Amino acid sequence: MVSLLKRGLLIAFIISIYLFITRGSKTATIIRLAGSTAFQPFAEKLADVYMDKNESAVIDVQGGGSALGIMAVNQGIVDIGMADMLQLPRVVSHLTKVVCARDGIAVIVHKDNPIENISKKQLQDIFTGKITNWQKVGVSPAPLRVISREDGSGTRKSFDQIVLKKNKLTINAMYQDSNGTIREAVKSDENAIGYISIGFINSSVKTVDIDGINATNENVKNGKYTLARPIYLILKKDIGQDARQFIDFLLSNEAQTIISKNGLIPVK
Amino acid sequence: MGVNEKIIEKTIYFLAFSAIFILLLITIFIFKEGVPFLFNYGVLKIIFRSSWSPSDQEFGIFAMIIGSIYITLGALIVGIPLGVACAIYLCEFAHKRTRLIIKPTIELLAGIPSVVYGFMGMIVLAPIIRSFLGGSGLSILSASLVLGIMILPTIISISMDSLMALPKTYKEGSIALGATTWQTVIMVLLPAAKSGIIAGIILGLGRAIGETMAVIMIAGNSLKIPVSVLDSTRTMTAGIALEMGYAIGDHRMALFAMAVILFIFILLLNSLVTFIFQKK
Repeated sequence: MVSLLKRGLLIAFIISIYLFITRGSKTATIIRLAGSTAFQPFAEKLADVYMDKNESAVIDVQGGGSALGIMAVNQGIVDIGMADMLQLPRVVSHLTKVVCARDGIAVIVHKDNPIENISKKQLQDIFTGKITNWQKVGVSPAPLRVISREDGSGTRKSFDQIVLKKNKLTINAMYQDSNGTIREAVKSDENAIGYISIGFINSSVKTVDIDGINATNENVKNGKYTLARPIYLILKKDIGQDARQFIDFLLSNEAQTIISKNGLIPVK
Repeated sequence: MGVNEKIIEKTIYFLAFSAIFILLLITIFIFKEGVPFLFNYGVLKIIFRSSWSPSDQEFGIFAMIIGSIYITLGALIVGIPLGVACAIYLCEFAHKRTRLIIKPTIELLAGIPSVVYGFMGMIVLAPIIRSFLGGSGLSILSASLVLGIMILPTIISISMDSLMALPKTYKEGSIALGATTWQTVIMVLLPAAKSGIIAGIILGLGRAIGETMAVIMIAGNSLKIPVSVLDSTRTMTAGIALEMGYAIGDHRMALFAMAVILFIFILLLNSLVTFIFQKK
């Protein structure tokens, strides 16, 4: 009796696995996206909305980073590559690119840090290591700890281009590998300074104005706040009609509203 | 019956070798990806230069090698005395009921995911170290402390097993000769269980040098060569994991080259430890 039950359970288990595996294999063409981890959650959300409306559409969104998105779309592995950087590398110059959103980068410090405003020059001096003490920027003396992103990150690349220009990041910099961990590190260290995507800001850290301009989506949109980067969708060479339709959807009012509600800056 | 047994025997034989086979595949893959770059760029240039800046085509990993060595050493300094002492206490001194409570608790430590250790280190330990000792808190010291605790279960359970496996006559004989329990432990039991304890330490060392997630979160990942235990540093594993997601082209190959160096490094370290202790 017991063994019969066990056998029944085993068969049910195998059948359910079989069903689970075969479930996704619809005959429709799959639209594949990969790249920027900053835009990945938005792309997933929008893909869900799109798939709810179009029963036949299947959209597969993967992360991997901007560099991977560029490589994958260049080789035709994915239909749409996502990249968040100021300038796309030359290898994709022959492909069509669409900017589907913009993302501001905010400079953050600990909540108890009295600093309100910083000039772009001071910011550059801090991140290149010319300024190593908070006293130099008008705060009580304390060693300054710079936290940056790892080499290859789209946010890092944009920040380096806008703030550091051609200069090198200070050797004393510490590194974290995501917006979230930078926020945690700055939250727990009174002397730290870092930068994250505006969408990741919450009350646990304090944003610093740059040249008197507040880091808000509004100011990025009207062009006053310059620390921002576009999020590119790069289209595969012979892209299909289905994927084009999805891109049209991403640029539609509905999708752009979802983008802005969740913290990014719409392009329309 | 005979045929059945043959089949089972062959299956088990094959399974036993599959572990070696997988290790071989991993080795071949890493070396295939990493070795060409290692020689194109220059082995010495990679190992003995400390400027790592892939976007400027600079691939010196000296600072990360030093980081790995310091953090692993630190973890062992924390983990070995604690672990061995704990094993001795549990085997020779503890009441049976105490052992029944402590042993499963220690084994539970091994089941905690490393990201949880890392998070605790970042949120709890780093601020404490920052306010009492200075520095950023995300440092070699905090990483060593956390890793030292992470390798405890490995060291304790293997040391305990080898202490327990000793024949009862060793202890009885020593006590009968008039030695105290402490003298028995130090002079008779520890030397006899040495090889097992060292095996535990080697496994712990492997875990410490290979740990990635916790180290990324608490060591600060700075690329400067550390001069004090309060400095932040980056280990080789952290370096690979931080950038692999983004790396393409030379950068990716450089990370594989780093994996090759790490691989050789661990191999050397393991054989060194085994060699030193077998000689005595």
